[in-house]
Amino acid sequence: MLRACPYPKIFESAPACGVRPFFECKKHDMIELFGISVSAQPIWLTLKVALTTTVILLLVGTPLAWWLAHMRSSFKIVLEAIVALPLVLPPTVLGFYLLIAMNPNGALTQFLHVFGFEGQLTFSFTGLVIGSVFYSLPFAVQPLMHAFEGLPMRLLDAAATLRAGVLDRFFSVVVPLARRGFLVAGTLTFAHTVGEFGVVLMVGGNVPDTTRMVSIAIFDHVESLEYAEAHLLSGMMLVFSVVVLMLVYGINRRFAVKVG
Amino acid sequence: MLKGDLSLKQGDFLLQSGAFEIETSGISVLFGRSGSGKSTLLRAITGLDKHTRGSLSFNGERWQDAKWRLPAPKRDIGFVFQDAALFPHLSVRGNLEYAVRRAPAGGSSLLELAERVGIAHKLDQSVTTLSGGEKQRVAIARALLSKPRLLCMDEPLSALDWRAKGELLPLIEELARETGVPVLYITHAPVEVERLASRVVFMADGRIERIETLREALARPDSSLFDEEGPVSVLEGRLSAPNEHGLCAFGEEGERLWIGAPTHPTDERPLRLRILARDVSLALDDPSRISILNHLAVTVERIDPPKDGRVTVATRTTGGQLLLAEITPWSLTRLELEPGRIIYALIKSVALME
Repeated sequence: MLRACPYPKIFESAPACGVRPFFECKKHDMIELFGISVSAQPIWLTLKVALTTTVILLLVGTPLAWWLAHMRSSFKIVLEAIVALPLVLPPTVLGFYLLIAMNPNGALTQFLHVFGFEGQLTFSFTGLVIGSVFYSLPFAVQPLMHAFEGLPMRLLDAAATLRAGVLDRFFSVVVPLARRGFLVAGTLTFAHTVGEFGVVLMVGGNVPDTTRMVSIAIFDHVESLEYAEAHLLSGMMLVFSVVVLMLVYGINRRFAVKVG
Repeated sequence: MLKGDLSLKQGDFLLQSGAFEIETSGISVLFGRSGSGKSTLLRAITGLDKHTRGSLSFNGERWQDAKWRLPAPKRDIGFVFQDAALFPHLSVRGNLEYAVRRAPAGGSSLLELAERVGIAHKLDQSVTTLSGGEKQRVAIARALLSKPRLLCMDEPLSALDWRAKGELLPLIEELARETGVPVLYITHAPVEVERLASRVVFMADGRIERIETLREALARPDSSLFDEEGPVSVLEGRLSAPNEHGLCAFGEEGERLWIGAPTHPTDERPLRLRILARDVSLALDDPSRISILNHLAVTVERIDPPKDGRVTVATRTTGGQLLLAEITPWSLTRLELEPGRIIYALIKSVALME
């Protein structure tokens, strides 16, 4: 239903896109649901950050997960622990270190300036995405790793002897057989990024219209005793989360490939 | 000629083949106990393992040397795995098309080959619904459709029941002959060696012990082919049509044997007959009033030293084929056997290797 208000038009003008009787775009950045109106900006920003993070993590996580899945060295447990770190570390700790690393006068920002990067990493969309990528790393890497570990290497050997090169083998054998891993990784990463709070608060701050994501907006509403708005956003998150988890379990059942 | 010297470490196992030259015609069987390095050698030859070291050339074409390795997809090797390794996400047809799409044009079509290996009626089924024997048929067809210059088979029959084995052995032999593709075939079953091999590559402890023709391998008293069932002879010959008693004559005049009619048509090609030495008795005269049908006049060629209370006597038939008999040392003294003497071999049982 939110698709009816295409981002980023919503910031420019008032789109006329009330499609459901209970859903209406009131002002340029407000949506109204069940008679409660909340700012739409955190919702779009959250979806945008989550989508960007998911795409990046699938691109980066795939080779990383492959490498980890087939690593024989005892160094593997160290890397596995590092990848899993965001699962146990308080998000504020991760956020704090990222904040230090992305300090506007720090080495990382200066390094990016060499490549023509303008502005700063902290309190910006780029910063939010970088933070989310680290925070959601295990949710992309672990399902992919398990999928790759369960992949019989003989099948790749068979493909190689049938003249399939590396990329050919990846797309013709690995992707179809590990599709469940890719779907679960993508869904979990997206959902987990939508649900983050600590890291985005630390790295992004709470800049209205720039880095305020849904989870922070809920916090703000509660702080301001705007319980109706908090209810609405929380309810949306709840429904979203249930749907995502059902999707994940559905994927696990539906796309199970019998291997071997 | 497949020529090289390869080494490959896999876990705790170290393959160090030593220099070898294997002729690239017919079926070369890699034989040895489990853990002798057969599969590792085959992997090293295919180029599937990047940790392989050493040198390798195929019919004069360089495949590997100290600094360089031709990647597996470029070696034109067909590979049939022990468990078939079919792609579970593709149908039978999909598996075969996978090979066709990546192979050079020409040769047998997908349908012809599917027909030939007997899976044409299963083309649209999922490979997970196939029996073990059917899976191997698809795997063989898939490997051949990739137009290989060398076909490697890693114990393709070991996971199958005796019936499927009995059907696939002749198929493999016929396909090797029809396509002319040289085959490297791994097995630890002497029966498969005796049935298929043009030559045998003996492996033990991660190295190649020796490469011999099947004839040479069977003439060697300490051959490891004999470890399981004792010494074995393989006679070659053609089979005639069954007589009124349902028996077929095998071999030339003078060394003719009577055997039961085969279950499959055998056309005109030469067949192999497998005779265990313990099923051969020796007599100084040709007994006439005896139920055993097959008596051959043979010349004693060699008497091996006793082993485990048995003596192997190697004899030649009139056609020059080697026939081994296992007798007790006491019988040996009683019959006063010595090389050059003409005696009679009474064969209690033979197995036709169809």
